[in-house]
Amino acid sequence: MYAYDQFDRQLVSQRVAQFRDQTQRYLAGKISDEQFLPLRLQNGLYIQRLAPMLRIAVPYGTLNAEQLRKLASITRKYDKGYAHISTRQNVQLNWPKLEEVPDILQELAEVEMHAVQTSGNCIRNVTADQFSGVAADEVEDARAYCEIIRQWSTFHPEFAFLPRKFKIAVCGSESDRAAVMVHDIGLQIVKDAAGNTAFKVIVGGGLGRTPVIGSVIHEALEPKHLLTYLEAILRVYNQLGRRDNKFKARIKILVRAMGAEVFKADVEKEWAHIKDGALSLTDKEISRAQSFFQPPAYESLPQQDMQALALEDADFARWLQHNTHAHKVSGYRIVTLALKTTGVAPGDVTAEQLEVIADLGERYGFGEIRSTHQQNIVLPDVRQQDLLALWKELVELEVASPVVGTLNDIICCPGGDFCSLANAKSIPIAEAIQRRFEDLDYVYDLGEIELNISGCMNACGHHHIGNIGILGVDKKGQEFYQVSLGGSQGLDASIGKILGPSFAQDEVPNVIEKVLETFVSLRQPEERFLDTFRRVGIDPFKERAYA
Amino acid sequence: MPKIIKDLNVVEDSWQVWRDTETLPATGDYIVPLSLWQAHKEELLALGNIAVFLASDQSPKLLGTDVQSFTLIAVDFPKFADGRGFSYGRELREQHGFTGELRAIGDFMRDQLYFLKRCGFNSFALQSDELDEALASFHDFSDAYQPSIDQALPIFRRR
Repeated sequence: MYAYDQFDRQLVSQRVAQFRDQTQRYLAGKISDEQFLPLRLQNGLYIQRLAPMLRIAVPYGTLNAEQLRKLASITRKYDKGYAHISTRQNVQLNWPKLEEVPDILQELAEVEMHAVQTSGNCIRNVTADQFSGVAADEVEDARAYCEIIRQWSTFHPEFAFLPRKFKIAVCGSESDRAAVMVHDIGLQIVKDAAGNTAFKVIVGGGLGRTPVIGSVIHEALEPKHLLTYLEAILRVYNQLGRRDNKFKARIKILVRAMGAEVFKADVEKEWAHIKDGALSLTDKEISRAQSFFQPPAYESLPQQDMQALALEDADFARWLQHNTHAHKVSGYRIVTLALKTTGVAPGDVTAEQLEVIADLGERYGFGEIRSTHQQNIVLPDVRQQDLLALWKELVELEVASPVVGTLNDIICCPGGDFCSLANAKSIPIAEAIQRRFEDLDYVYDLGEIELNISGCMNACGHHHIGNIGILGVDKKGQEFYQVSLGGSQGLDASIGKILGPSFAQDEVPNVIEKVLETFVSLRQPEERFLDTFRRVGIDPFKERAYA
Repeated sequence: MPKIIKDLNVVEDSWQVWRDTETLPATGDYIVPLSLWQAHKEELLALGNIAVFLASDQSPKLLGTDVQSFTLIAVDFPKFADGRGFSYGRELREQHGFTGELRAIGDFMRDQLYFLKRCGFNSFALQSDELDEALASFHDFSDAYQPSIDQALPIFRRR
């Protein structure tokens, strides 16, 4: 992974000092609440319902064992002994004290971590496919380019006060695991006919209260132009994006209002000024970035027979099928640790678990750990011969629920239990659904289903792109839930269709059950929920749910 | 005389911001709205030193060739969260070749000085009683990843 040099270290430590000074001036009454707001947000600090929340950046979801141990120790020292993996691969602390945040940031800086631009109307933490560098279907490792973008966007002087937040995702594989179609900018790595790397540039996608699938404005951008092109997009958005209404301020609204073609023409005009200037990437810089993401010292191992391995134990077999993925190197496997234990908020992980996972990352891999936007943790480089032993340890640690990719691998925002924006609670909904569908055989029969829950229309739980989406709404002071069906991430992304009037909290598991029964009765053999939905449409589901 | 920050020093300043878009000021050194300038160029030049300010929805492109006739151009920040002026600063310096005094006026705050300076601003009518203390914020960071007005090369060309 990327390692800081003296320059990066100096910048992060100057940032800590800057925020310490700003916090002191705020506490001394020299900065108003209004002025302190963007300053704290751009350091990841929210003021929440019960306490502040600190969002720590995990650039493109990559962590090492030392960082995990530091996070564990910080949660013990400054918080309540657990952390939360967010839907943008970041780590959130729910109970820090405002005046201690500079100290937390200082401790994070010791392990090359920070909370820079994890919130606020600026370029946010860039995200990537959590299987970058190891996925069997990879075109090219996205991480080097993510790091290049991270550096360019960090403390960018021109783009710290954008109309609204700005999220960039990069995907380097054929199947999209970074949701590039629903980001402000999505970058899909492609190869041209000659085998050269290029980026398909997608702009103006997004979730929130106006979900939009992005538009392609460049089919194949050469890597050397990556930053100048991004800068041109941001410059157009910074000047023309709406600032009169925060619900219409995202780039998706601008692109839609202008039309993708006109927007693109403006970007190209701006780009012409800087295209071959100092910000053009050099081969040297691309190689430098790539040098940090070279494959670790893999052993030369034979590919194991997964089916034979599965005969060891029925529970192990289920885990193997659902929680591990093909690795591009023979004899290795990617393992997902499911932070989806029923009764625990999706994505929550205790300090003890973090420490054990750090150890496991070293013992069963090369010390690298990933966080995912599905709120799980990944050990990317596990030898296939070690899978059974690892599984036993994961069972012990309660992170082996064999539910990855199933109905019970719920994506869920913190919701009304923590978040001051939320209209409704989301964690109890996740729990109620997990309890209703405890029969794993039934869950497996349902096949691949993504169920996503957001506690309000800011859509942190990505409900629009869940095959089943649940949105908390406020109805005359009561918490209600709107169900949508047929959303999906991926390159054929779609926005879910609303089933109909919203439901009371205790009705939700019944409604989901009816939706699933409808699916089971209509599905063709081996059909996924999404495919059935796309074939039959929403009407049969609606009839059943409101019968 | 009111004080501003100019070229990293606190100095006294004679310019006054004239926000009326209909009537002309009396004699003196005025920073006037773009529309007033465009409607009354000759009369304004007869009054004394005249500069122009861009409102946050007025791109520097609207200045046309007039850019070179000013010794001072100001950019107004109606709210500190309105960051359009950061792009205008860079555009004036990088695309229109403006080398005169580029001043931030309006509701920007001390904690934006470092970024404003990077975007080409060199004078700051900062609304604060603690201008001397505010100077420290220009030094929040000693270097930067990106190229901009104060550093032509990105760090990756200097590493």
